[in-house]
This record gives sequence, structure tokens and C-alpha cells, in this order.
Amino acid sequence: MSDVPNRLTVVGERQLTPTQRKLLSVLTHTLLLAVSVFMLYPLLWMLAASFRPENEIFSSASIWPSEWSVDAYVRGWNGLRTSFSVFFTNSFIISGLSVLGNVLACSMAAFAFARLNFKFKNFWFAMMLMTLMLPYQVTLIPQYVLFRQLGWVNTFLPLVVPKFLAADGFFIFLLVQFFRGLPKELDEAAQMDGCSPWRIYWKIVMPLSMPVLATVAIFTFIWTWDDFFGPLIYLSEMKTYTVMLGLRTFTDSTGESDYGGLFAMSVLSLVPIFLFFLFFQRLLIEGIATTGMKR
Amino acid sequence: MTARSLESGAPLGERAATSSLWTRIWQNDAPGYLFLLPWFIGFFGLTIGPIITSFYLSFTDFDLLTSPEWVGANNYIRMFTNDPKFWASMRVTMMFVIFSVPLKLAFALGVAMLLNRGMRGLPLYRALFYLPSLLGASVAIAILWRQIFARDGLVNDFLSIFGIVGPSWISTPQYSLWTIIILAVWQFGSPMIIFLAGLRQIPQDMYEAASLDGASRWRQFIKITLPLLTPVVFFNAIIQTIEAFKSFTPAFIISGGTGNPINSTLFYTLYLYQEAFGFFRMGYASALAWVLLALVGMFTAFSFLTSKYWVHYDE
Repeated sequence: MSDVPNRLTVVGERQLTPTQRKLLSVLTHTLLLAVSVFMLYPLLWMLAASFRPENEIFSSASIWPSEWSVDAYVRGWNGLRTSFSVFFTNSFIISGLSVLGNVLACSMAAFAFARLNFKFKNFWFAMMLMTLMLPYQVTLIPQYVLFRQLGWVNTFLPLVVPKFLAADGFFIFLLVQFFRGLPKELDEAAQMDGCSPWRIYWKIVMPLSMPVLATVAIFTFIWTWDDFFGPLIYLSEMKTYTVMLGLRTFTDSTGESDYGGLFAMSVLSLVPIFLFFLFFQRLLIEGIATTGMKR
Repeated sequence: MTARSLESGAPLGERAATSSLWTRIWQNDAPGYLFLLPWFIGFFGLTIGPIITSFYLSFTDFDLLTSPEWVGANNYIRMFTNDPKFWASMRVTMMFVIFSVPLKLAFALGVAMLLNRGMRGLPLYRALFYLPSLLGASVAIAILWRQIFARDGLVNDFLSIFGIVGPSWISTPQYSLWTIIILAVWQFGSPMIIFLAGLRQIPQDMYEAASLDGASRWRQFIKITLPLLTPVVFFNAIIQTIEAFKSFTPAFIISGGTGNPINSTLFYTLYLYQEAFGFFRMGYASALAWVLLALVGMFTAFSFLTSKYWVHYDE
């Protein structure tokens, strides 16, 4: 080695020799792979356990079952008085309506904050940001009393109606960030053509915002699907249960004796989320990344 | 506004500048308020109204069936002087916040550093590490966790390879909270993604200049990466701490709703739930909620006030 490169090898990564660099890369990949396997092992193990014959579930920590069986799924599906088809239907209805509510109400609020001028706008925007920090327990009990007086307990309304009232400030914030990035000239040109704010919102801003609206829709679906606390306090009749409540009841009643069925239903409850992850992970990851960034 | 838009009149908020006050309000401000109408109904009906009501209820005895009975500050006095479960739940939640948040952020930053600089396979790794964050809030994962740390669970199967006979981690008071902390740290994916986005915004030439000056990688990390990343660290710390204070599902599922063994997983939120919906002591539960709000509020205020000493914002 000549003198000059030799002096440089001691400093930053760029000046490493090719062999060193290769070694570093192999080490990094090995480390990352080890961490991935370690992290995902429990998930794979649960998946495998759900396909094991009943007597084999706890026999080993290995993943591969000696024979594959779907018995646990059949047992689990009808493991409670009410079958999981009811719970899945309920979860899909609640999540679907929540998606609709959030996409409409949050985008309307975000449009006002990002693209319109009105008195006290900054004040209301600050109020909206404050609600992001509010622990839900503070509003929980009066909300419960209110919904109970309205006769909404044991219906889906307490879980769905707040979504149509843009109760989740996080999504308003996400949408405001995106709407602000759209070129202002679009609105101005449309106004000159006599477009009302409503038409600008519906015909220009919304169609241009499909990626971020999809992000809102997917996160709403996943979070509503996963929600346990809301259904726990508002739904007490089994025919209104969501999948999460069904799982919880399963652990309380038969869980100790039928781990196979419990795992099978747990796996099924994760399938919709996993599918969203598989097909839309780029949107989800970008959505997460932008909320942390100032534009 | 540009001359162009003035000529043809009518940008929002400037139209009809000469007409009467009411017309002006209608045309300037009304669209904004109309678009915010659903949010306003929610804000006043589901947030502000309930906040005020809950503050009132915290000074009452209220069992949901008879009307609230004013008891002054009794709920708060009882909480602080005569309720061991309150202190137990406070201790559990504080432990959870103090250990899970820094560990989670350290993991998130560590893996983000490994993944940085456009390495091969980045999208795959990022997705794999993000998956637990996405699934982790589910009841299904809490059920899995309960099984992993049970006496005949996965962890003890693994330990038995080395001849160690582990206890039932979830029913041993010293360990039970740690199983939930591990579950939280396992979900380091979403702060990691925010760190990755933050790292990408650090100008690469700063590192080049530093390495030409002979700065080691560790020194580069301490002197360049960390200071420039403090706004993102701050953001993540706030979000994760608020999330940690609100955590409910894992403790509920893992302890079967009890917070046992001997209150070692009695999260504050779980205790509040028990008081409100187990014993229908709605007044007392409201007081608990207000103490939680005060706690989160103090923490947030403290972070923002101290942030100017350690968070580096470039102009």
C-alpha cells in the first residue's frame, strides 16, 4: 500500500479496504438477521402451534409440526357459544364504518386547517393538537354516561360515531401535513373559475391525496380492529362481540384447556392486519415517517 | 396574494371585501367553520364537555344509577392517604414508563443506525422490524406473550436446553412486569422508522468532513448524529411516554384483568378500569383519571421546558 491511502485507512468507513468493508457488511447482516429471527420466532411459533395436533403443542420449542392439522381452527371457530363468524362480521362492520368516518371527517377538518382562512384558525388548531396529548381516561366516564343515556350501550354506535366527528386528532394532523404540501395555485385557479370550497375539497384536494387517505384508512382499520378497551366497556352481549372480545372470552373460559383453538383464532385475528402490512407496508411506513418529520 | 388573483377577484377570504359585515363573515369565515363542523361537535360533545364533567365527578360519589353526591376532595384525600392499590398501580406504571421507553428508544436507534446508509436489503429489514409494532397492540399477541412466559412456555423450553428450569414468569411478582416491558420493547419498529427518516435528513457531507478530520465513527455519532437527531429523539420520547402511560391491553390479558400476582401488573389504567367498570365507583375513577392527566401534563410540560437545553433545532 502506498503512503497516502494508508493514512486514510485509519479514518472513516469510506477509507476501509474492500476486504474490511465486506467483513463489516457481513457482520451487520448477520447481526440484523439474528435480531429478525429472534423477534419473529414467537410469531412463527404461534402460527406453527395452531397447525399442530392437539397433543403436540407443548412438546417442543421447534417450529415444524410432525403433521399438519386444521383441527384447531375448526374447534376454535365454534369454541364459544357464539361462533367466530359473528365476531369477525362485527369487527369488519365496526372497522369499515370507522374507516369511512375517519376519512371523511378528518379530511374535512384537515382541509379547513390547511387550505382555508377563518377567524381563530390557529387557536382551534392548537386545541386540536392539545387533544392529541389528552389521556382518553379523562373523557372516558362522562362519555360512557352520555352513550348509556342515549341507549347506545351494546350497539356499535359508541365505537363508530366518534370517528364521524373526527375524534382522532392524529389523522387530522397527518392530513394537514399532506394538504399543506399541495400547490396553492390549484385552489387559486379553481376559485377564479368560481369553484366553491366544497368543490375544491371534493374534486381537487381529495383526488390528489389518495396515498395519504389510504394511509389514514389502513391505520384506522388496523387500530379499530385491534381496539380492545372500547368494545370491552361498551359491548357486553356476545352477539355484539368483536374478535378481540371473543379472544379474551376464549382465554377466560376454555383457553387453559384448548390452547390449539385459542392460537388458531389468534392467528386468524391477525390475518387482516398482516394482509394490509403485506400489500401496503410502504404507505404505512411512509405515514409513520412523515408524522415524525416537520416539512 | 398575487396581483393575478386580485384582478379576477375572489380568492377565499378576500372576496366581497366591500360588502356588509355579515356577508363578509359568511364568505370569509363560514366555509372554514362549516368544514370543521363535525370536528366541533366532537370537540365540544366528546372532549371539552366530558373533561369538565369528569372534573366535577371527581369530587363526587357516583355509581351510575343514583345521581352524583358531592363529597368535596374526599376522593383525592383517600387516594393519597388511604389506598395502597393506588400507590401500587402508580409504582407499576412508573416502572413501566421508566424502563420500557428508554429501552425501546435505544433499540430503535441502534437498529436504525445499523440500517442507515442505503444498505442492501434495507426495505426487507425495515418491514420485518416494523411488523411487531403493527401486530403488537392486538389481544392475540398478549395471549401469545402469556403463553411464551408461562411455566411450560417457549422461554423455559429454550432455557431447558441449557439445563435451566425457569419459573412461570408471568405469575412471579418480580418478573411479571418485565414480561410486559419486553413486549413493549419488542415493538420498537415505529420509533425506528421515525429515526430512519431523521437520519436521512442529516447532510452526508458533515460525516465526510468529520472523517477527513480523523473523527472516529463513535465520535461522529456523539458529535454529529446525536445532536442533529435530538428533535426526533424528543418527538419519539414524548409519543412513546404518552403511549406507555395509556397502556392497558397487555396487562389486562396477561393478568386476566386482575393486575396480579400481588398487584405487580396493576397498571394505573387497569386499576382505573376496575374502579369504574368493576365496582362502579365512577367518582373515584374520575379522580384517578385527573391525577393521570396531571401526571402526563407535568411530564409533557417538563419535557418541553427542558427541551431547549438539549434539543438542537437548526434555524
